Amino acid sequence: MPIESGWATVGPFFHAVLPWKDGGVMAGPETKGEPITILGRVLDAEENPINDALIELWQANAGGKYNHPEDTQSGEIDPSFQGFGRVAADAEGSFTVKTIKPGPVRGLGNSWQAPHIQISVFARGVLKRLVTRLYFEGGPGNEHDPVLALIEDEERRETLMAKPDPKESGRWHFTLRLGGPRETVFFDV
Amino acid sequence: MDPIPYRRETPGTQPPALWPDYRSTVLRSPRKPLIALPHTLSEVTGPIFSHDRLQPNDADLTSQHKDRPIGDRMIVAGRVIDENGRPVAGTLVEIWQANSAGRYFHARDSRDAPLDPNFTGGGRTITDDAGQYRFITIKPGYYPWQNHENAWRPAHIHFSVFGPSFVTRLICQMYFEGDPMLPFDPIYMSVPSEAGRKQLCAAFDYDLTVPGFGLGYRFDIVLRGRDATPFEADDHAH
Ligand SMILES: [Fe+3]
Repeated sequence: MPIESGWATVGPFFHAVLPWKDGGVMAGPETKGEPITILGRVLDAEENPINDALIELWQANAGGKYNHPEDTQSGEIDPSFQGFGRVAADAEGSFTVKTIKPGPVRGLGNSWQAPHIQISVFARGVLKRLVTRLYFEGGPGNEHDPVLALIEDEERRETLMAKPDPKESGRWHFTLRLGGPRETVFFDV
Repeated sequence: MDPIPYRRETPGTQPPALWPDYRSTVLRSPRKPLIALPHTLSEVTGPIFSHDRLQPNDADLTSQHKDRPIGDRMIVAGRVIDENGRPVAGTLVEIWQANSAGRYFHARDSRDAPLDPNFTGGGRTITDDAGQYRFITIKPGYYPWQNHENAWRPAHIHFSVFGPSFVTRLICQMYFEGDPMLPFDPIYMSVPSEAGRKQLCAAFDYDLTVPGFGLGYRFDIVLRGRDATPFEADDHAH
């Protein structure tokens, strides 16, 4: 049996190909759901901005349905929403994503997962992508989410919470820390 | 019904997060253990791209500009398969690479080597029903980097592949069989097993070679697969 090919870093020079134009704009005006803007940052273990990171996002639509043949939940695909985003961090390690808030998605067994976005982090110095999730602070269902419950240290669950902007509704702040005392929770998928 | 999970990573086959020989990993590697996440709908689904993502010359990196780029023209082709040996059809494959002088068409690559106005070094294609892809490009040059004294990257092409789900995503680098720089390269050497490293080396392939045009290199890519047993049972139902 063959085994998965060995991963490598994206290196610092992926920009000619990977972050396609408007890759951070996942939803348009016609997309159903609550429009949100995610203001993200990527930091290293010493809180320095990572200016050569690439972030990929994957999420369900506002009805909690993935645009994928294996999602056999009831509910409809929104033709204006693929659910995929890809954006490069800028010189300050910042990135902006415009999307809609995903709906809740079925979990394993009879569980339900709170609204969340799948996140992949790629960068120079990251040999294999880092996988995490973005949840919405105070969001419905967070306290019963089976994936958040896997994180025993409750303080660390906080690292997955996007925080609402105090001044402007619909804006969410989300910081990824690849190390250091406030290291983001990363998953083995 | 719960989705059929993908097979977990085979231990000892992937680079560790912290690999001090590659200096940049030191501040960019989580130190707390990863949390094992059982595969839900969020993991077994993923983006699927159609041909409208592609531009006409995306798979031929030698025809994206007014003139031909400088360097040895070559064909790089192969199959994307999963760990069960099945073809991964209809999946997006993206590549990027340095030009024949070892310089990237990139604002941050300020090395003292010529840029080639006829070579951007980016390509994109979608695998066919047999999981096959094919690019026309030029052989990338070596380039020095700052990782350690006298550090040079072996000739390589970066590959990005999606596969059918979020968990099948792969980014790897293609090297050339017999490249003398390979044992000195900490990125190549971060793949733990010799078999795994060898799998990343393209082999010269006479059958892929186009007479009078360019040499052919074969590079097959393996994505995560599902456990064979339930998958096969399901197959026989059709
Ligand atoms: Fe490179």
